[in-house]
Amino acid sequence: MLIARVIGDLTATRKHPSHEGKKILLVQPLELDGSNRGQPVVALDSVNAGIGERVLLTLDGYAAFTAVGETLSPIDAAVIGIVDHVEMDSSPAFASTSPAKKKKKQDSDQHQDR
Amino acid sequence: MYLGRVTGRLWSSIKNPGLEAQRLLIVQPVTPEGEPTGKALICTDATGAGAGELIYWVRGREATFAFQGVDVPSDATIVGIVDEIHLGKRKPGGGA
Amino acid sequence: MTLGRVAGTVVATRKDPRLEGHTLLIVKPVSPEGKEEAGYLVAVDTVSAGNRELVLTVSGSSARMAHGCKDKPVDCVIVGIVDEVALDDRK
Repeated sequence: MLIARVIGDLTATRKHPSHEGKKILLVQPLELDGSNRGQPVVALDSVNAGIGERVLLTLDGYAAFTAVGETLSPIDAAVIGIVDHVEMDSSPAFASTSPAKKKKKQDSDQHQDR
Repeated sequence: MYLGRVTGRLWSSIKNPGLEAQRLLIVQPVTPEGEPTGKALICTDATGAGAGELIYWVRGREATFAFQGVDVPSDATIVGIVDEIHLGKRKPGGGA
Repeated sequence: MTLGRVAGTVVATRKDPRLEGHTLLIVKPVSPEGKEEAGYLVAVDTVSAGNRELVLTVSGSSARMAHGCKDKPVDCVIVGIVDEVALDDRK
């Protein structure tokens, strides 16, 4: 799953029947620092997200069509949550919840590719 | 799914039986502003799209699910013709 | 799906038994305008494509939807020989 921002929506009269009656959103996937991650994608909405909101995006087909209740249909992306808040290892609020703060930091230094 | 514009069509007489009767269209992926982005690809069509139309397409295994009950070996299928796009104010860099 | 030009064959004596009897071809990606692009694919041939022919390839798990490729360990299949490509000349 990715964090993304809803940048718009679109309408389509002629579309696959499994997309009927669903909101079709344009979402821009984001990096953790909030910068754009690649090009925007078209995703079906399962949580009634609005333009400008930060959302949880799945790009896995199975997850996407399950989320909108259309099993085995041609859907490869869906918005499955609205992000309230993200806490990072580096933010004081999150770091203070970790008892093994120091060890964690060493680990993350070793696995910088994650 | 991804936005694209239909830029061409392709004909093939000798093809896998699963592709019989399928229209094959050339699609150039585009940004929401309509600018080309990335490489063009060939899509099967589940909507009846035509030349120059703005469409959205689905990639991967899910592309085969557009043709219920028929095994179509396609990894990209046009599943909607776009009438209109509404873009909110796009902050540079997405914003946090 | 992408366009490609057949550029060679791959012969493998020892391979997964489910691949027995399948021809493996080397395909060079080609743009719709006919320009050869970087990289190459090894694809299972289902249409008896010949050398230098322009073909249509499908990749990923959709490749196993092709006739003759059910439940086989393949991820790239040649599913058509291209007769003609028409491009919209409006730019």
